[in-house]
Amino acid sequence: MSPIIAIRGLSKTCASGFHALDAVDLDIRPGEIFAPLGPNGAGKTTLISIICGIVTPTSGSVSVDGHDIITDFRAARTLIGLVPQELHTDAFETVWATVSFSRGLFGRRANPAHIERVLRDLALWDKKDSMIRTLSGGIKRRLLIAKALSHEPRVLFLDEPTAGVDVELRRDMWALVRRLRASGVTIILTTHYIEEAEEMADRIGVISKGELVIVEEKAALMRKLGRKQLTLQLPQPLAAVPPALSGWQLALAKGGNELIYTFDASEAEDDSRGIAALLRGLGEAGVHYRDLHTRQSSLEDIFVELVSDRQAGGMPGPAQRNPA
Amino acid sequence: MSALNGLAIRAIYRFEMARFGRTLMQSLISPVISTALYFVVFGAAIGGHLQDVGGVPYGAFIVPGLIMLSLLTQSISNASFGIYFPKFTGTIYELLSAPVSYVEITLAYVGAAATNSVILGLVILSTAAVIVPLQIAHPLWMLSFLVLTAVTFSLAGFIIGVWADGFEKLQVIPLLIVTPLTFLGGSFYSIDMLPPFWRTVSLFNPVVYLISGFRWSFQGASDVAIGVSLAMTLAFLAVFLAAVAWIFRTGYKLKA
Repeated sequence: MSPIIAIRGLSKTCASGFHALDAVDLDIRPGEIFAPLGPNGAGKTTLISIICGIVTPTSGSVSVDGHDIITDFRAARTLIGLVPQELHTDAFETVWATVSFSRGLFGRRANPAHIERVLRDLALWDKKDSMIRTLSGGIKRRLLIAKALSHEPRVLFLDEPTAGVDVELRRDMWALVRRLRASGVTIILTTHYIEEAEEMADRIGVISKGELVIVEEKAALMRKLGRKQLTLQLPQPLAAVPPALSGWQLALAKGGNELIYTFDASEAEDDSRGIAALLRGLGEAGVHYRDLHTRQSSLEDIFVELVSDRQAGGMPGPAQRNPA
Repeated sequence: MSALNGLAIRAIYRFEMARFGRTLMQSLISPVISTALYFVVFGAAIGGHLQDVGGVPYGAFIVPGLIMLSLLTQSISNASFGIYFPKFTGTIYELLSAPVSYVEITLAYVGAAATNSVILGLVILSTAAVIVPLQIAHPLWMLSFLVLTAVTFSLAGFIIGVWADGFEKLQVIPLLIVTPLTFLGGSFYSIDMLPPFWRTVSLFNPVVYLISGFRWSFQGASDVAIGVSLAMTLAFLAVFLAAVAWIFRTGYKLKA
């Protein structure tokens, strides 16, 4: 399947010499929800801004559905809708006027029925005649989404769309994003809420210091880099892990009252290394337990580990090209 | 989509015209009132006691200069504010990410600002016709100079709007450069009335050529040959167009 967005060797060096992006290669598949994650200043917004035409790249190329963003910018940008991170809105326009303006700006003929549908989808219809400056922050956020959808884009960039919005609105936005994806729109979603990416994204790209550290299917990423942990509560404290269990990755905690087994996804699927095998081993070693529980690392755990390893210089891996 | 994104040009143009509509007091009524006061004071009140200039009553003599004064300042003000405000509010992101070429952006913003300035010029002209005796020797040339000057100085305003990083800078050039040059460019007098030295100095004032050409279209006589005035106006247009082209080519103050 041809990528809807193909990025090759994309770099951006600021006038100060700061490398905002460094040789990024990435393919984004049509119809997926892709979530670039990274700490503040990692380069996520720079990446989006270059693709959308707001920032000029230093080197490299980007094409959207085969259209180069510089030499064929008109065709490329027609396909893109952008919801910026900041609440950049007019003040004295009405909701209807500003959304209609956006549609015209993107070269589309007036279509009141489409504008009405977008406003209704975003619960903005009753505000259509309101002046923008009278709207709350959450409504303005929806308005920016309405403007981005006004010209029926095939690719939608959502740059931290749920920052500072309440739980209800966030859930509404998640539902909207799912509906858009179901209609075939490709969505690039940056967020500071890792659970949002975990909930929504098909694939994750971790960006750190301008480099794309890893690009992976969310499920595969969590399987590959995620850790599982089994905690056993013991009726009697242990002074040390019994020698018969030395082949297992076991650790004692809480004064020997808890025995912790940390393992990865491959070990979980291995009959000789899984939980059942360990429990058999414990029985054979005469170690009893009162209760047990398991925990799986979240995307946030993986993200923090990836970024902190990178910042500590512990992760040598170059940007991984998405094999799509 | 055609080679020219006409729908986008129309969207920006209508957006800007709607903005002018919302600020009629500032963009139209205020300059009309202040110019009308000039006509009342210098034309009807004091003008009656002044000699004719080149056979033209003083009140009628100052009409082209006063229209030009408003035209220059308002063209700059309209266009500079039009492009500066999206920068100020951050909504420029939408313009930069839209499938709109630099030519289209310029056409839309400058076109809207120039339209507003031409309307303003015609309203002032109508106001003047009520207060002072007025004749227009070359109506088509008058209209041509009006449109050409409005477009040229709207381009200048567009450049100022891109350059400015604060509201104060929007006002600096109209107030400190354009207005003094217009006052000293023969708005209220013919430069032929000046001593030779100051007449020569005045010829370095570019606004002299604009006012002189415009006045010729009214009165059939001018301080500078009409061809020179027209050439100077076109030269300004070319310089400002080149500056706008450079801004968009480099992304100066628009793109990181």
